[in-house]
Amino acid sequence: MTGKGGTGKTTAAAALALALAAEGRRVLLAEVEERQGIAQLFETEALPYEERKIASAPGGGEVHALAIDAELAMLDYLDMFYKLGRAGRALRKLGAIDFATTVAPGLRDVLLTGKVCEAVRRKDKAGWPVYDAVVLDAPPTGRITRFLNVNDEVAGLARVGPIYNQAQSVMRVLKSPQTAIHLVTLLEEMPVQETMDGVAELRAAGLPVGAVIVNMVRPVLLADVELAEVVSPDGPGAEAAGTGGGTATGSGSGRSVNGKRRAAVAKALSQAGLGGARRGGVAERLVDPLFAQAHEHAQRVVLEREQRAEIAALGLPVRELELLGDGVDLGGLYRLAESLRKQAVAGTVPDPGAPTGTVSDDPEGWGSGSIAGTDTSTGTGTGTGTGTNGTDGTETNEVDE
Amino acid sequence: MSLDSPLLEIDPLLDDLRTRIIVCCGSGGVGKTTTAAALGVRAAERGRTAVVLTIDPARRLAQSMGLTELDNTPREVDGIDGSAGGSLHAMMLDMKRTFDEVVVNHSDPERARAILENPFYQSLSAGFAGTQEYMAMEKLGQLRAQDAWDLIIVDTPPSRSALDFLDAPKRLGSFLDGKFIKLLMAPAKVGGRAGVKFLNMGMSMMTGTLSKVMGASLLRDVQTFVAAMDTMFGGFRTRADATYRLLQAPGTAFLVVAAPERDALREAAYFVERLAAEDMPLAGLVLNRVHSSGAAQLTAERALAAAEALEDFAEANGGPEQGGADRGGENLAAARIVDHRPGKADAGTPDGTQDRTEGDRQAPSERLAAGLLRLHAERMQVVARERRTRDRFVSVHPEVPMVDVTALPGDVHDLEGLREIGLRLAGAEEVAA
Ligand SMILES: Nc1ncnc2c1ncn2[C@@H]1O[C@H](COP(=O)(O)OP(=O)(O)OP(=O)(O)O)[C@@H](O)[C@H]1O
Ligand SMILES: Nc1ncnc2c1ncn2[C@@H]1O[C@H](COP(=O)(O)OP(=O)(O)OP(=O)(O)O)[C@@H](O)[C@H]1O
Ligand SMILES: [Mg+2]
Ligand SMILES: [Mg+2]
Repeated sequence: MTGKGGTGKTTAAAALALALAAEGRRVLLAEVEERQGIAQLFETEALPYEERKIASAPGGGEVHALAIDAELAMLDYLDMFYKLGRAGRALRKLGAIDFATTVAPGLRDVLLTGKVCEAVRRKDKAGWPVYDAVVLDAPPTGRITRFLNVNDEVAGLARVGPIYNQAQSVMRVLKSPQTAIHLVTLLEEMPVQETMDGVAELRAAGLPVGAVIVNMVRPVLLADVELAEVVSPDGPGAEAAGTGGGTATGSGSGRSVNGKRRAAVAKALSQAGLGGARRGGVAERLVDPLFAQAHEHAQRVVLEREQRAEIAALGLPVRELELLGDGVDLGGLYRLAESLRKQAVAGTVPDPGAPTGTVSDDPEGWGSGSIAGTDTSTGTGTGTGTGTNGTDGTETNEVDE
Repeated sequence: MSLDSPLLEIDPLLDDLRTRIIVCCGSGGVGKTTTAAALGVRAAERGRTAVVLTIDPARRLAQSMGLTELDNTPREVDGIDGSAGGSLHAMMLDMKRTFDEVVVNHSDPERARAILENPFYQSLSAGFAGTQEYMAMEKLGQLRAQDAWDLIIVDTPPSRSALDFLDAPKRLGSFLDGKFIKLLMAPAKVGGRAGVKFLNMGMSMMTGTLSKVMGASLLRDVQTFVAAMDTMFGGFRTRADATYRLLQAPGTAFLVVAAPERDALREAAYFVERLAAEDMPLAGLVLNRVHSSGAAQLTAERALAAAEALEDFAEANGGPEQGGADRGGENLAAARIVDHRPGKADAGTPDGTQDRTEGDRQAPSERLAAGLLRLHAERMQVVARERRTRDRFVSVHPEVPMVDVTALPGDVHDLEGLREIGLRLAGAEEVAA
């Protein structure tokens, strides 16, 4: 899940995870930006670098959460490949790992995406995938292509060796139909522009784009004819807006088309018990400000439709999440999840793979079993590394050892 | 208005020749760039020789200010009313280029080239989390040193937290200052003493490990990079410190921009506290994209009740009148439902709503009035929510001067829109609201 900063990536990722869980799936919701966005949203304490169950759904589905930490992922990795143990920790103390992941962001990204892909591929003893789906709260649109295109990023640093292999195998998952990159946007110029640019970049890099999720959608409260009337530059709305909307002026002369319309609306307001309809009456004085507000509303709707047309031109599935007036609390999050489920974003995620009947190897060699030995919820069937490649026709076949 | 705070008076701030730098900060997307640009336009049209340093402006806004060329130097903005004797220059920060300039200006040509070509420099200059903030400060220092303007208005980079602007440059500094970098350079720096032996042991163990992980050539790149940058570190820090002091000087004014939303105002509160702790002068808070209503006397509840009454009435009277025959009650009801289906909304051309004339197709006045009332109810709910959020801030920081800038219905992307925002910044809205 990517998108411009602040458009609702974390919210949408969490809602998608819940929506998938509501269909009975076991889902991992992961974040990589070291911000504890998931914990905040679910109102739980900070997540460690360890998978934790944070929600369960009526259908038997579950959401587990993981805050991936680049430094710890690096240590895991060094441990796995080089049996570094204490030396690795010493390096960390010296700031070497921080240094390496800072000065070479590609390295950092390969570790983060590597961890995500490991979770995607992880199998239990019976050969079933441990997770039916992994939802990643990813970096924003401006960085997403570089982040996911680790291969290119790392190619400049390492042309052979384990990092290179790791990048290759990550790329295979990310470019496969198992992956869908969703973009969150608002119906505003900048986020939509960023979405357009982001989709173009992702497509150019051969990364699979999923859906556009339009977030914080506000209701349209007027019918089209009404919108047309109030937005029209010589309609009553524009006239009212021109007066500043605060006071009744002489514009409602009663003879022009607008004047008649205003008088009729004043009469209706008066009928509804809002005061007198005569010039200067309580209801009459509401007419201008109400038209001014409607004019603004209609202008906004016009702009939003322009943005929608741009989004539609991408030819991608579009989902919408309503604006929750009081912000996103847990209840609101579940409502958004339900809405997504109805709109079947869930449908774009492939079904869980078939069981393979073999004990899966841990191709990365730094699977869940190695997450600092702390993985209690999911630590089965990994880390055996017995090399049973070539039997199940899934991703694991192709992974470089 | 429930809780009062002092009014932030923008015009006196702009007109005061002692005001030399205005920094617009705030969390992501609240309107920092818009505010900075609007202040630039207003200051120039009130007679200041102003320059505005924008960071990542929206494309159309950039175009309207003539910022189409990214050459990292200020350009004069056309269309500014210079009758008060002022002018406006504007530029868009090019982070990478600013970094390159720093390297070129502070090392000999050969070393500069070595640095610029180093792959680590390239990722550091393009991707380090604090680089943009650091470079904004660097550029501010440069503009100030050029002394061609009497007012510099600085936008700050899009980041989640307003605090990043103050923290990030230090982060870059401490990164460059880090233990590990020191260690990489230690053998060259320290003479032969006992500690060095230990360090060297550490070094060889480490370089051994690192070259195993990264490959030997990669490690060489790191070491050349660090060695080449070494000579510049001192300079980096000195200038970062100088700019920091500049921000504490009396001629500087911080404007914190926030949207009337919980998160944005929480960030704003942190930032206000931080400025105080750092002795940095806060001018006040711009509460941007606030909603108001010209009919505030009518409550949301009454408006909704009246809307329902009108709808019942229209229903009972058999729907369409005034030639709106194509638009029965059902259709209307459907259209009022929250506009969830993208397909439906896409069906109308963007401006298709305008090519119909009223008269041939008009909603019954009761329907229209009901729609206006529902809109009003929604508006009043937004107003109430924003006021609650605002009050929460004011109760914690009653001393902070504030000004409300109402939301324009559309984006702000031309000088006209910027002038409009400028007017609101100057408090022109108070009267209407
Ligand atoms: N549909 C919605 N209705 C109301 N508020 C929303 C909605 N979606 C998101 N928000 C709010 O908007 C803010 C930003 O959302 P969120 O943190 O999900 O965005 P993000 O893209 O992950 O941000 P960042 O770039 O900082 O990671 C939050 O305060 C969130 O509660
Ligand atoms: N008062 C306002 N009324 C209407 N639209 C506004 C207003 N202020 C800002 N905007 C719009 O909001 C969007 C974001 O504004 P802007 O780019 O200034 O925010 P920012 O704080 O600089 O964002 P970032 O953190 O991404 O740099 C722009 O499209 C701008 O036109
Ligand atoms: Mg987030
Ligand atoms: Mg900006």
